[in-house]
Amino acid sequence: MGTHNHHHDYNFGEKFQFAGIAKILSLVGIAVGVVAIAIGLLSSDHIMVERTYANLLLMGYYFTCVCAAGAFFLALQFVTQSGWSAGLIRIPQAMASVLPIAAVILFVIVGLGLFTHNLYHHWHADGLMDENSPNYDALVAGKQAFLNVPGFLIRQILFMGSYSIFAFILAKLSYQEDLEGGLNSYKKSFKLSALFLVIFGFTTPIWSFDTVMSLEAHWFSTMFGWYNFAAMWVSGLATIIIIIILVKKAGYLSWVNENHLHDLGKLLFGFSIFWTYVWFAQFMLIWYSNIPEETVYFYKRWEPEYKPWFWLNIIINFVAPLLLLVDRSRIRSSSALLFTAILLLCGHWLDYYIMIMPGTVESHRGFGFIEIGTAIGFVGLFTFLVMSKLSKHPLAPKNHPFLEESLHHQI
Amino acid sequence: MSNTKYILGSFADPDEMMHGIDKLQANNIGIYDCFTPMPIHGIEDKLGVKPSRLPIAAFCFGALGTCLGFSLLYYTMAYDWPMNIGGKPSLSLPNFVPVTFEVTILLCALGMVATFFFRNHLFPGRAPRVMDVRASDDRFIIAIDARENTDHTLIESLLKDAGAVEVKYNERKYVSYE
Repeated sequence: MGTHNHHHDYNFGEKFQFAGIAKILSLVGIAVGVVAIAIGLLSSDHIMVERTYANLLLMGYYFTCVCAAGAFFLALQFVTQSGWSAGLIRIPQAMASVLPIAAVILFVIVGLGLFTHNLYHHWHADGLMDENSPNYDALVAGKQAFLNVPGFLIRQILFMGSYSIFAFILAKLSYQEDLEGGLNSYKKSFKLSALFLVIFGFTTPIWSFDTVMSLEAHWFSTMFGWYNFAAMWVSGLATIIIIIILVKKAGYLSWVNENHLHDLGKLLFGFSIFWTYVWFAQFMLIWYSNIPEETVYFYKRWEPEYKPWFWLNIIINFVAPLLLLVDRSRIRSSSALLFTAILLLCGHWLDYYIMIMPGTVESHRGFGFIEIGTAIGFVGLFTFLVMSKLSKHPLAPKNHPFLEESLHHQI
Repeated sequence: MSNTKYILGSFADPDEMMHGIDKLQANNIGIYDCFTPMPIHGIEDKLGVKPSRLPIAAFCFGALGTCLGFSLLYYTMAYDWPMNIGGKPSLSLPNFVPVTFEVTILLCALGMVATFFFRNHLFPGRAPRVMDVRASDDRFIIAIDARENTDHTLIESLLKDAGAVEVKYNERKYVSYE
């Protein structure tokens, strides 16, 4: 039976050369970010300092989420024993390898923000939990069992630490597979991924309650964790798509074609709809029941300074992908897909902005050099770290058991 | 010979069948259709099969579902029996979204299934129309219209060269299960 007498002459050993304009741009980005953050943090105006912290939290969280989404993508492929993605697995792998660094950066931001009272001051201030203090807040005091400094920091370390360890081992197993061959690494990755998905699925909602939802400690929503997960997954997929298309444009990854991009694009499309579903589920229940302690969240976001952004969020993250990716020929064209992925990446920055800013800087919202500079800095850092990681190993996992299937993927 | 309507080349291997398609096409022999027990990647492109128009039907049924779902809600909630729920206006769009969405999905899915069955003559009670029963088991079939392509010896030799294990000359288009 000659079912597999296809011939290909791909160079699976090729490595990405991270040099030239891409490297310079990423380093310039980091420099811009450092300057913007330094100006913001050293400012004598405390509102400016708080705004910088809010932006650091936004981008630190976004950075960690995108890297974690890389690890989630990896684990999902192993658990579902997917064949189509085997040829492009090195890109989410590089993102997952950067997760430990991203986690440390986010932990430093969260810790500094907490102890300098620039972030989380809604539940971390003197006397909030003391009944005899004029600052006493019965609602926050009632949440003390969960929302206290040691618990908060321990959860941050446990959650991000475990994601980082899993991401690191998953990537390492795959690099080992290149050298040793055989099914050993794959089988180990399968088991590890199943465990990781269970831990990840149960802890990311709590992680987002801690990191973002607790900025407004009076308010709570059980949908918030899934809403954050959807945002994380969409932005992670958009990042994977952008890296693949750009690396392909530079002349690499010849074995990844429009069929693989089509599948990634479908995931991007589907999970943008899922994001809207969760967003709307959270919004509609609060709107319908109309309980003041719940509506306060949306009341703040409907103040004049946030309302246009609030609606723009829905247009960019729901209407745009719906119209741009619904057609097969557009989803298969790399320029249309690249445009949509970049738009969605900006869209989810706005999404996080809407989540974080009203709870931190409130009416002192801004969109200026601090916001743009911090974002550019983190994009530069992400590009530099991920691309350096990508350039250290071959671009294809040549001993992956499903690589052959990935080469013939066609939809 | 003159009563032959279709020539069927029966292959045991999908690659050999693809090879057979190439050979026939190189000799300008039109292929009526191919039947395989499993999806063969790239066969649509090779045969020049046009993309399915099912998405158009899906859109139409979906749009119909949106209109029906919204009408149902408007009639029951705002026109026939308006109720005061939490002080909200009777015609309030956010709480119309879930039902409208669900009816859209429901009609879209049912409509697509119905369209697919109708187009493929798969409605209940209908004897399936198949050209070769083994195409749903272990054989890969190339069907050639015998009246449009008259050089039957050439067709047979091309099919055999490509690896066909059997060449049939059918006087009826379909063989029924009954």
